[in-house]
Amino acid sequence: MTDLETFRAETRAWLEANCPAECRGPLDNDEDRVWGGRNATFKTPAHKRWMEVMGERGWTAPEWPTEYGGGGLTREQAKVLGSEMRRIDAQSPLSSFGIWMLGPALLQFGTEEQKKRFLPEIVRGEIRWCQGYSEPGAGSDLAGLQTRAEDRGDHWIVNGQKVWTSYADQADWIFCLVRTDPDAPKHLGISFVLFDMATPGVTTRPITLISGKSPFCETFFDDVRVEKENLVGTLNRGWDVAKALLAHERTMIGAMGDMGRPMGQVAVDSLGLDETGRLDEPMLRARIAELEIDVAAFRLSMERVGDQVKARQVSPAIASMLKYYGSELNKRRHELAMAAGGSDALEWESDRSRKGTAARDWLRTKANSIEGGTSEVQLNIIAKHLLQLPGA
Amino acid sequence: MPLILTEEQTMLKDAADGFLAEHAPISHLRHLRDSKDADGVSRDLWRAFGEMGFAGVIIPEEHGGSGLGAVEAGVVAEALGRTLTPSPFFGSSVLAARVLSDAASADQQAWLPRIAAGEAILSLAVDEGPKHQPARITTTAERSGNGFKLNGAKGFVLDGHIADALIVAAKTGAGTTLFLIDARTSGVEIERTVMVDAHNAARVTLTDVQVDADAVLGAVDGGEAALESALNLGRACVAAGLIGAGDQAFLSTVEYLRTRKQFGKAIGEFQALQHRAAHLFTELEIAKAAVLAALQRIDAGTEKADLAVSVAKAKAGRVAELAVQEAVQMHGGVGMTDEYDVGLFMKRVRVLNELLGDAGFHAERIARAGGY
Repeated sequence: MTDLETFRAETRAWLEANCPAECRGPLDNDEDRVWGGRNATFKTPAHKRWMEVMGERGWTAPEWPTEYGGGGLTREQAKVLGSEMRRIDAQSPLSSFGIWMLGPALLQFGTEEQKKRFLPEIVRGEIRWCQGYSEPGAGSDLAGLQTRAEDRGDHWIVNGQKVWTSYADQADWIFCLVRTDPDAPKHLGISFVLFDMATPGVTTRPITLISGKSPFCETFFDDVRVEKENLVGTLNRGWDVAKALLAHERTMIGAMGDMGRPMGQVAVDSLGLDETGRLDEPMLRARIAELEIDVAAFRLSMERVGDQVKARQVSPAIASMLKYYGSELNKRRHELAMAAGGSDALEWESDRSRKGTAARDWLRTKANSIEGGTSEVQLNIIAKHLLQLPGA
Repeated sequence: MPLILTEEQTMLKDAADGFLAEHAPISHLRHLRDSKDADGVSRDLWRAFGEMGFAGVIIPEEHGGSGLGAVEAGVVAEALGRTLTPSPFFGSSVLAARVLSDAASADQQAWLPRIAAGEAILSLAVDEGPKHQPARITTTAERSGNGFKLNGAKGFVLDGHIADALIVAAKTGAGTTLFLIDARTSGVEIERTVMVDAHNAARVTLTDVQVDADAVLGAVDGGEAALESALNLGRACVAAGLIGAGDQAFLSTVEYLRTRKQFGKAIGEFQALQHRAAHLFTELEIAKAAVLAALQRIDAGTEKADLAVSVAKAKAGRVAELAVQEAVQMHGGVGMTDEYDVGLFMKRVRVLNELLGDAGFHAERIARAGGY
């Protein structure tokens, strides 16, 4: 057996022994996700155990170095772990902006002290992070952000407002962009800082979306004290950190294009088959097949981009491509899910519809092509950085 | 396995691109077309393909080939797509070579070294109607004397007009049987069909064509597996050809956006065009991943590699179609002229899309396999 085959056999055995039955099979709905943190909630005790055993092994962040609590796996091993988890339909043990966004940025820009302090508790799901980027006046033009950090010697005092802060009301810490030099050109006066959401002066207010849910908040900072040791990267060069992190965020949002049950099965469950074994809605059936082709190709593309990045064959701007395509794909998927569900999927409150899960999820996806940079911003980035078109 | 080319595969790609750029650029296609060349392909070029190891890319070394796999065949196919080069590659080096590699050793010895050398041209005759429907062929082979008698009509037989031999798929009672037939056999009528892209195919009529029992490749009634395996390799390679043609049309278009000036600036400065180019780039990158994955899975013998092939062929087809349409539109009036190459790409993509099943054919396979 090759090393990789041995690893696969061992991983399969370990997962069989350690992944609880309750944590296999598709999630009923988004609320059942495990986010960890000081105030973590779990659907069952098994979900807590699953997060903990995976966290101990570092397999919630399989490719991070072991000295920071990660799994220390190679990319090929991580692919094997992923495929073995899919084989038993294992749920993700931990959803985490710490793992998806902050961690990679810390690994690249953080001090040794910061990595040692923050990464292991992210891996174990002990601290839940949120992202302080957008502001009411700084959306697509993110670098125009106005939240101020005034230098007070050994610390800053932060004042301002963020918006669309995902789960700010449930997060323990925030990674936040603040203006530390108001006189510099807008990209050159921003710093990337970390602070505890329990710090006095931080308040959050959930925003109700068209889905009826409130995954986003307005977040206010009123004379919030931030320690200087929690600056990540260089002072006034936070835009570099922000961009690197955005690449990870975009890859994460793009990856939503590859989630959920196969759409053909969703439609069969709702509509049944005709006597020839086909969906009894030929037009819908064709659209579903086209979607599934795009989903399959997109999944392979994510894998290829990962391999290209590893082999240093592409620019980090390639994340914009995944973000653009994956988010548009996810919107298409949910349009089809609604069509497949027909009037059943329109019920908003019934238990039958699990309180309108399909409709609420459908509406939620409309944000995919806005959050983390709109589709139009991604296309601008592709035109400029990947195609080098003039004036882009 | 990483979803990128290995170092050796990258070298092969550079070699194929370099060779074709030098010996068979698009002007080569134009020359064959405009001179109404009797063969429609250059036999010298085909022999040079043999010398370079391209013609025998998947043929085992013991038969004079390069002994490589589907990924390498796809690399050559993509290069051919970039230069639109007419060549017997798909028919002989991919489809026929794949069918023959499962055949009796006498057949292998008779043909594989000659294909690998770029000497022989073989064609696979499967399609009958205007669409690719290999499950519905009606050509028959009835037992007769010491062998079989074939009747039927085939179309879209790649380079069939210059083929030394045809591999014909025919119904033998319950199953499908593959026959290797000398193109000069009595009762075989071959009509060259010059296609929209100036590449060539043929219509083949079989009227009481009497062949010996040793014309059967593999087992009687047992041709389906070999046929399907060859068709899948062919589909993946045609998908690679679509990527080559689509990507090349895209690259020319981006270049045009950078240089063509209107309203006092490069038209590539207009966001309306930037976004369309960026979208197209994205689609092409995603299609490339699907195609490489399909080729790798064929080589690895992965279960359900045929579905990966259908994803690749459908996706590459749709994307290449978009690429050539955008190419003509963004080139504006000159895109409609015969002088500019973009129109040639549009024609080639139309043919490759139809070849071995269009996007609809492959979407149907995906839907069936998905249980809906």
